[in-house]
Amino acid sequence: MNINIFTELGRYILMLKEMFSRPENLKMYWKEFMHQCVEIGIRSLGIVVIISVFMGAVSALQTAYQLVSPLIPLSTIAQIVRDTVILEFSPTLVCIVLAGVVGSKIAGELGNMRVSEQIDALEIMGINTRTYLILPKILAAMVTIPMLVVISAVLGILGGKLAAVATGIVSTSQFNKGLFQYFKPFNVVFALVKAYVFSFLIASISSYYGYYVNGGALEIGRASTKSVVVSCVMILLMDYVLSSILL
Amino acid sequence: MIEVKGLKKGFSGKTVINGVDAKFEPGKCNLIIGSSGSGKTVLMKCLVGLFEPDSGEICYSGQDFTGMTKEDRKMLRQQIGMLFQGSALFDSMTVEQNIMFPLDMFTHDNYSKKLLRVNQVLERVNLKDVNKKFPAEISGGMKKRVGIARAIVLNPKYLFCDEPNSGLDPQTAILIDKLIKEITLEYNITTLVNTHDMNSVMEIGDHIIYMYQGIKEWEGSNKEIIFSKNKLLNDFIFASEFLQDAKDMRQLEMRGKIDNNRNMDELLK
Ligand SMILES: Nc1ncnc2c1ncn2[C@@H]1O[C@H](COP(=O)(O)OP(=O)(O)OP(=O)(O)O)[C@@H](O)[C@H]1O
Ligand SMILES: [Mg+2]
Repeated sequence: MNINIFTELGRYILMLKEMFSRPENLKMYWKEFMHQCVEIGIRSLGIVVIISVFMGAVSALQTAYQLVSPLIPLSTIAQIVRDTVILEFSPTLVCIVLAGVVGSKIAGELGNMRVSEQIDALEIMGINTRTYLILPKILAAMVTIPMLVVISAVLGILGGKLAAVATGIVSTSQFNKGLFQYFKPFNVVFALVKAYVFSFLIASISSYYGYYVNGGALEIGRASTKSVVVSCVMILLMDYVLSSILL
Repeated sequence: MIEVKGLKKGFSGKTVINGVDAKFEPGKCNLIIGSSGSGKTVLMKCLVGLFEPDSGEICYSGQDFTGMTKEDRKMLRQQIGMLFQGSALFDSMTVEQNIMFPLDMFTHDNYSKKLLRVNQVLERVNLKDVNKKFPAEISGGMKKRVGIARAIVLNPKYLFCDEPNSGLDPQTAILIDKLIKEITLEYNITTLVNTHDMNSVMEIGDHIIYMYQGIKEWEGSNKEIIFSKNKLLNDFIFASEFLQDAKDMRQLEMRGKIDNNRNMDELLK
């Protein structure tokens, strides 16, 4: 059975539309939302911390390596690290990693529920499964992932500072000076816009592939792989679109 | 009361249910029997709306189910309990949470009242000391019973059981059959059971539908089934020679050829 791209897109949009219905019991939905915030946000914190610190450190070292001209003040390194981390590394790189971590988890969870008929069981009870299973995941992702991106940006800059100072490329005061040079608050807004868009993409795409799994356990694995691939591509595509519109 | 008229359902060109008419009355155990792959599960899933039928009509107590709005369907479904062939327990929750889930969702009772109800239904299905276990930690038969407990916790008006006792030992199977029969009578539920277990057929089959390749081939009660002249049905129920012999014996007995208080030793001589 070959489902073409337009059928899939239509089904995806329908899924999003049908996600909005009156909750049967707000308390249960709130509980599910909180649960997903923990699953998506807190459980990804560790990996986000690690990649952020290293990504900041590496970008500091590589920037220093490329800036060979004596005419450029060393504080520029801090400025470049700050901007690349805020503009690109934190929102995009972190979201790409989260597409793997969170996306495969969501697709796997929903896929398993579909294959073992747990989704049918919920449906029989008179619960709108799209609202109960997918909406809390998307909302939780849109609440927690931007927070993770902010944390990542701070840690990335700190990591850059740590690496730059520890290797003796710049002094602490030089780095701090550069950090506040030509700072554009809009960059932070831009990073957050990206974070919101990407988190929506990650949660909705992986929910889609998980929810519509068809077949056995083998299909669950396929669905999570597919959801990771598609969300990564969509993230990169939207990254380009947003950059060309907003910058 | 559930009424079905001219129900048809196929998958990508292959017809699975080919025009079934039936009437399922409350307070009765309505059995759907048939060999593996005859479309029992598909029929049941059409009835509860998990599959959309290609054509035909389904009425719940006079309400047309096929043409119902989503909201109405949701309301109706709160009166439906269903046990799935694979139990379909939520594996991220404990047994207690599984059974309490419908209560959490649809009632506003406090925790202790809900817990009371949960323990009540657990007792009903003869389960003890499993409250805090996860579905992965209990046996298949226990899962089935937890599935039944979850299906009846909200006192449904309609109960659907897809092979409630496949994979169970004969004792537990009969226990489950009796349980289904009891709650059906007790709450005047319209119960539908998919099965290919002849024990359940004889034990609880108030009304039996025999499905053969998507068609209702025979209909009747457990009193009538052994004497039916339907060739396909006979092949199905008397698949074992032992049962065939038993039937022949019984028929001879009915015709007065053998005395009811027969002496087997003498007869076999
Ligand atoms: N989702 C589906 N997509 C395509 N075909 C299906 C689907 N579900 C069931 N079928 C087909 O419908 C037929 C009837 O299946 P069904 O599950 O109803 O059998 P059954 O009577 O419940 O058998 P069993 O006693 O083994 O459970 C089978 O031939 C099966 O291949
Ligand atoms: Mg079946």
